[in-house]
Parts: sequence; structure tokens; C-alpha cells
Amino acid sequence: MKVEGIVVKVGDHIDTDVIIPGRYLGITDTIELGKHALEGLDPSFPAKLKPGVILVAGRNFGCGSSREEAPVALKAAGVRCVIAKSFARIFYRNAINVGLPIVECSDIQRYVKDGDKVSVDLSSGIIEVAGVEFRFNPLPDFILKILEAGGLTNYIRRLRGLPY
Amino acid sequence: MNIAEKILAKASGKSFVEPGEIVDAKVDRVMFHDLTGPMTLKAFEEMGGGLVWDPDRIVVIFDHIVPASSIASAENHAKLRRFIENQGIRWFYDVGRGGICHQVMVEKGHVYPGELIIGADSHTCMYGALGAFATGVGATDMAAILLTGRIWLRVPEAIMVKYTGRMPRYLSGKDLVLYTIGRIGADGANYKAVIYSGSVIENLQMDDRLTMSNMAVEMGAKTGIVEPDEITLSYLRGRVDRNFSIVRSDGGAEYSEEYEFDVSSMEPQVACPYRVDNVKPVSEVEGIPVDQAFIGSCTNGRLSDLRVAAKILKGRKVSRGTRLIVIPASQDVYREALREGLIEVLLESGAMICNPTCGPCIGVHLGVLSSGEVCIASINRNFIGRMGSRESKVYLASPATVAASAVEGRIADPRRYL
Repeated sequence: MKVEGIVVKVGDHIDTDVIIPGRYLGITDTIELGKHALEGLDPSFPAKLKPGVILVAGRNFGCGSSREEAPVALKAAGVRCVIAKSFARIFYRNAINVGLPIVECSDIQRYVKDGDKVSVDLSSGIIEVAGVEFRFNPLPDFILKILEAGGLTNYIRRLRGLPY
Repeated sequence: MNIAEKILAKASGKSFVEPGEIVDAKVDRVMFHDLTGPMTLKAFEEMGGGLVWDPDRIVVIFDHIVPASSIASAENHAKLRRFIENQGIRWFYDVGRGGICHQVMVEKGHVYPGELIIGADSHTCMYGALGAFATGVGATDMAAILLTGRIWLRVPEAIMVKYTGRMPRYLSGKDLVLYTIGRIGADGANYKAVIYSGSVIENLQMDDRLTMSNMAVEMGAKTGIVEPDEITLSYLRGRVDRNFSIVRSDGGAEYSEEYEFDVSSMEPQVACPYRVDNVKPVSEVEGIPVDQAFIGSCTNGRLSDLRVAAKILKGRKVSRGTRLIVIPASQDVYREALREGLIEVLLESGAMICNPTCGPCIGVHLGVLSSGEVCIASINRNFIGRMGSRESKVYLASPATVAASAVEGRIADPRRYL
């Protein structure tokens, strides 16, 4: 499974309150949520997110609350993958469950800048930027299967023999 | 094995598990609330819906936006009520029946030692104070559990944190856990279990243990556990109605890291904006003017929290220019605080008492901050915009420090009042 996109960088400890502030919780329309992605960091941030963004973050991305609106908003805003030095555990699960690929890699942050083109091979664990390769531990097979299905909902539909 | 490993082994039908291993575990009980509920139901329907795996193992509690503050939240409540009715879910705490979800879970006897409990809320880790393995997940995970009764979990490494020395009487569980977060860091326990121990914990009352387990997630931890003992059993007496067996760590259990903190001369602690691990002793932040002081939340809205606040505020007034909001964590806490006369003391001081709810802790209602405002709060997070405007600031502290600050109108050392 491969994703490609353009880098947008953020820092360490990006919490779920800045990814999607509490006042937007309860909204179930994903497109509406996407309009507010990372608004807590800077009101102009949602304008930076276009379809095909690869978010490159530092440590502890997604720390804080269990709000699934956080990965949903990022995905709806056009984020195709989040690469971070580390993730908070609930965000990690939520991202997989909503079909937003995530990668733990600590080397790439100081080599890339906003606007760089990146490709991420989730199955083999290789990130490529302008001919330079960075390696990461690929996700376990069963998690890749959930991502390939587009998230846990579709994965379960498939298990139950329902169309997806 | 340590207590976290033993509970996960039991839940996954194995005799032995080790950190890093992924287990498919049977869930003993789940909880979701009015804010994570709507997305849970949406995912549940999209998964094909049908009947839940076991309606008697599901607890639903309305707490985040109660009573409904907008048409949107009222619609969400109505949708959830219909689901609860249709599925025959017995344990439902509607507006006025329960209070903040985590407090209701422990005080109404839904948490048993040795069990695996999953909640659609990050502070679910609080139930570790009763010797359970409890952790938070998002809405889609919750929907999958509602259908299957199972969840995959990575067996966490465990960090042992020991507290030794003589606990000063002005110190609380909140100060201990803030200090710990400051030392371990906001991601220092990512994917791991934190186990609180040592002579100080053995003598700590349940309300303070709950506060400490509640904030384990602020270090990134999956859960924060206190080994069950006499204090646990006495808390459970009269609350639970099933038999249970205690699980405790084996002698020689392994931990990935160990910390030891001597609390004898520890000062009250304050976490400064905008990081939970930006923790300083109160003497370093004293004097910062505060517009709002808030005592409440799943972290610190319990009876002992209201008692210490009333003790400090008795015969005193909230400083002009500062407002104090107090929210009892549950209907039971509220009733008991009324009976003890605490509510009257707080009212006399000028505090605004609101109904049990998460309220201003999530920046949605009952005390939202404007730009430029500063709040000292007994809550769990001080992220940008947590309680309102992204140009407001939140300092985290114990109820004693918040009450003392309300009296002085600026961040104050509670030791002068205790």
C-alpha cells in the first residue's frame, strides 16, 4: 500500500484540542469537520491543508482526548498520511480505524520542508523524498488490512459478509 | 507478571503474556457518553448495525453537554436515548441521574478490580485506581466492541512509580500526579501502563488515587493502576453486587522503568500553559492574576475536593475581579456536599455552583474563556483553547490551590490556608 503527497510540517505534542477544538465536537458531517482541521494551532491553518497533504510531525502527535473527530477532520481536509516521531495511543488507533495511514519515523523531520514531494510505502516501510530513502517499521499485517479496507468499519462489514 | 499483564492474560484466555504482544481480549464492560456516542452509533450503523453483543455490559452516561445547551446537542441526546431503548441497555444515566461518566462508573459500582474496561473517553484510565485495566478508545473502536465484545490490545510495558516519605497534609493526589507528569513528560509513558505504589499510595484515600489514575493519560499512558488493597475493598463495599477476585502483581514482576519520588518536602504543583508537563512548584507562579477559578471535572470534582475548597473558602470571599465556578462531579457528590453544608459555604463565598457535567473543562459551556483570560482549574488539560478562546490560558492545580487562588485573585499558595 503506497501513498504520495506534499509535505506540511507541524511540531511536537500536537494535541487533539488543537486538531479539532471542543466546540466542533458533536458535528458528524466529515466535510464540515475538515474545514476546522488544525484550526486550534492557527486559524489560517485549514487553508494550508489541500487534498494530497502528508503531515510531518514531531513527538506525541494526537495527544489528549479520545475524539475520533481529530483523524476524521485531518482526513477530510485532504491529509493522506501522518508521519510523526511518535503518536499518542488513542489517536494511533483512531487514525487506523478511520483509514488514515500513520507512520512512526524519527529521521525524516529535519530533511524535509513544506512543499516537498514524499512517497510512503506502508507495506515495505520505506519513505522516499527526492531520491533519499528513510526506513520505518511497517505496521503489522492485520492493521494494514484494516487500512486497505479504508478503516475498521469497512473491515468489519467485510467480516460480516456485507457489501463495502 | 505485573497486574496489567495478568488482567490482559485473563481477558484473552492466556496463561502468560508479555509486553509488545498483541492480544485479542474479551471486554468485561464498556462505557460511552453523549459526546462520543453519536459517532459511535454512526460507525455501529455503518458496520451493519443489528443488536449489541451484551446490553448488560454497556453503560451510557450523559455528561459532556448536560442539560443540552443547543439544538444540536439535544438531537444527539435524543438519538442516543432511542438507541438505548431499542437495544435494551439497562445502565443508562440520563440528565440528572448520574453525573460525570468516570465518577458515575466508580461510585455506582460498574468498575470491578481485575476486569478489562474500555471507554470511549481518554480518562477511562481512571478506573485503574480500583485495580482494573481500563483504557480509552475512539468511536469506531467502541462500535466494534458493541458488536463483538472484543478488542485488540498491545500488552504495555509497565512503569513503576513509587512515592515515599511523609506526605505533607497540604498535598493531594493532584500535586503528586502533576509532579510525576512534569518528571516523566507528556509522552514519557506512551503505550505503557503506569503503576503507582509505595507507602504514600498505600495510605492515600480513594479520591486521590482516582485523580492520579485519571491523569495517567496525560503522560501518554494506556492505564494508571493502583494495586488493590483494603482501601479499595472498603470503597467497593456497598457499591458492587457481584463477586470478584482481586488481581495483584506477582513478586518479581518486571517493569520497563522505575521512578521513586520522596514527597516529604514537595510543594503544591501547578502545570502552566500550554503543556501538561510544564509543571512548577506553586512558589514559582504565585501572583499571576486569574479571571476565573474552576473546581470540578472527572479529575477533581469529588467530595474530598469540595471539602478542601470549603475549608479554605469558609468565612472568605472570592476576590473581586475573579469568578469561581464549582461543579460537583456527580449527583451523589452534590447531594452529600449539600448535606455536609459545603455547598452553602461555597455559595457564601461567591462561588457559582453548576450542575454535574464536564462543563468548562471542554470549553463548550458553563464557563468558557474569552481571549486574554487566565483560568486556574482543577482539571486535567491546559492545551491551547482547551477552555475556550485560543488566546486564553489555563493553569492546572489541586482544588486547594484553586480555592486559595480564588480568594486572592491570583495564583496563591494554599499552605497559608491549610
